[in-house]
Amino acid sequence: MTSAAYQVTHLDALEAESIFVMREVVAELERPVLLFSGGKDSIVMLRLAQKAFAPGHIPFPVMHVDTGHNFPEVLDYRDRRVAELGLQLVVASVPEALASGLVREPADGTRNRIQTPVLLEAVEKHRFNALFGGARRDEEKARAKERMFSFRDEFGQWDPKNQRPELWALYNGRHHSGESIRVFPLSNWTELDVWHYIARERIELPSIYYAHEREVVERDGMLYAVNEFLPARAGEERFKARVRYRTVGDASCTAAVRSDADTVEKVIDEVAATRITERGATRGDDRVSEAAMEDRKREGYF
Amino acid sequence: MSTETLATAAVAEGRPMDLLRFATAGSVDDGKSTLIGRLLYDTKSLFTDQLAAVEAVSAARGDEYTNLALLTDGLRAEREQGITIDVAYRYFATPRRKFIIADTPGHIQYTRNMVTGASTADLALILVDARKGLVEQSRRHAFLCSLLRVPHLVLCVNKMDLVDFSQEVFERIADEFTTFAAKLDAPDLTVVPISALRGDNIVSRSENMPWYEGPALLHHLERVHIASDRNLVDVRFPVQYVIRPQSTTVTDYRGYAGQVASGVLKPGDEVMVLPSGFTSRIAAVETADGPVAEAFPPMSVTVRLENEIDISRGDMICRPNNAPAVAQDIEAMVCWMDETRPLQVGGKYSIKHTTRAARAIVRDLHYRLDINSLHRDESATELRLNEIGRVRLRTTIPLLADEYRRNRTTGGFIIIDEATNRTVGAGMIVETP
Repeated sequence: MTSAAYQVTHLDALEAESIFVMREVVAELERPVLLFSGGKDSIVMLRLAQKAFAPGHIPFPVMHVDTGHNFPEVLDYRDRRVAELGLQLVVASVPEALASGLVREPADGTRNRIQTPVLLEAVEKHRFNALFGGARRDEEKARAKERMFSFRDEFGQWDPKNQRPELWALYNGRHHSGESIRVFPLSNWTELDVWHYIARERIELPSIYYAHEREVVERDGMLYAVNEFLPARAGEERFKARVRYRTVGDASCTAAVRSDADTVEKVIDEVAATRITERGATRGDDRVSEAAMEDRKREGYF
Repeated sequence: MSTETLATAAVAEGRPMDLLRFATAGSVDDGKSTLIGRLLYDTKSLFTDQLAAVEAVSAARGDEYTNLALLTDGLRAEREQGITIDVAYRYFATPRRKFIIADTPGHIQYTRNMVTGASTADLALILVDARKGLVEQSRRHAFLCSLLRVPHLVLCVNKMDLVDFSQEVFERIADEFTTFAAKLDAPDLTVVPISALRGDNIVSRSENMPWYEGPALLHHLERVHIASDRNLVDVRFPVQYVIRPQSTTVTDYRGYAGQVASGVLKPGDEVMVLPSGFTSRIAAVETADGPVAEAFPPMSVTVRLENEIDISRGDMICRPNNAPAVAQDIEAMVCWMDETRPLQVGGKYSIKHTTRAARAIVRDLHYRLDINSLHRDESATELRLNEIGRVRLRTTIPLLADEYRRNRTTGGFIIIDEATNRTVGAGMIVETP
């Protein structure tokens, strides 16, 4: 028997690991939910969940934390996909939380930070105790130190200095009532791995991931689409540009990048050649301070 | 063509690009962060905004040079105190391989982090400063790698530029380490003279050391043969989850989902299920993409059997003539990871071994090992944080276990505190009855 014949590619190894993690959660934790934003990483997670439990159905609901600032293409995609897979969709709505007084609209109009209490309230209401998130360790340096199974206390908080050691493939999901586990099956994937997988599996994405014409303004060195959530400010010049989105988040703080990549192959070439991280290129919310992500995660953000 | 473009090309052509996980151990003083920064930079895996952020912070702190440690020290406390407190994972790729680095701090108070990083590593990279030679820490790192059975070890003798690229200095350190490693029953060992700061022998062979005839570090990382590290002999399939769709379209389906721990599973193979001991044949090995002819590590698959047997999570599929031990008395080396309460004889804990959960009581602590001198202290009565010792456990239900040296998946377990739910220890089975 030669070992050379029993090789697997890096994508197969990553897929096998993610499927293992998803099955482990469903076997050990009673009320999992998958955070589904309509972004490419959560779409890849859905595909992995399909594979993990085939020929059965995905045995957990999906949850969308809806800031009310959505790209219509992404909402359309979400609803279509949920219907195709026969999934239960839970919407944790920021507009409703604003109306009820749970959170207040921040002065700058971006709702990234106020998503957290809305997420935590929905988790409590539905008694979810395991939340699948699509975060990857290559995204940001605080995430580089987060576990695959990340323990959260009863306030949803992450304590980076008090994480459980994670050895071999032995994940510890034990927790007391009210506490929960965030699970990141894509921890070891990079942006390029995700795109290679999308190409290999022929996964459909919301159209805004591919190059298209859009009216934008330039702000803080980034291109923002002009829309009802993000009007042009006085003195800002509106112009048409050929762009695509590298990440999909709140429409009021997610920027586009100039691009001609209108197919998955062209996107892969572009991602491979780019010298700026995806969050650095497109996320106004990470720029607040050097520890912006760590601070939000401590409060219970993904 | 950039490395990534080449990597893309490799995937597009269907040329297999595999995955290598390696752990790095050492402190900032050894130049570990510089080496990682260098590997990321030279494989174009470092992004300009990351570099710019590090340069800005370095300048603001008044560092004399761009401090690449800031790249890996991701937490606020680490940056403020200039220390590394946790395992950080880093990623880069070349046309041949994708690499996952588990970057762990080197000091003795972080032994648990190093054990964690080494547990999944195919290879471990140990750094020494050429001016200082082997120090206590280098020997400790080598010992931990051998304890965790990391199959490949690379000793990087760094800062060769500061010893005038001296062959004599290098060979003295290499000889001393090789002699030491032989005592540890260490696996495949490679020693490379480098200068991480200047890039000597990192991506390409250094012109400053014509006397060195071995490979550059990256060349070795790309080509070291890891396929045969896997155990393809002993069939071990821990059942993770039973798939029984409750649907009108799929009826009477019963599949056992899991990740192959070792061995090769094929349709038609006679198998035995533990702990029941019932035998059957494999009817099919399936994935969501259809049936496969064979399954081997690290594939996640679903196995269907010809007979209806009662099988649940935590059971193990193996072969009738090659089965793991079914044991409730376990001899193991344990690394203790909890700062609040030590391991004590008589202590009761939960353990997780493969997909099986059990409770265990510590029957005996044979000795505590001094991981610097390897001296065995048989008078020890407890194991504190970062201490390693040999224990005997009695479990509530049998474990389906192999010796760790033969099988890293069916030989390893974690110990969980039943009050706090924290992972407090890592165990490696040394003897099965």
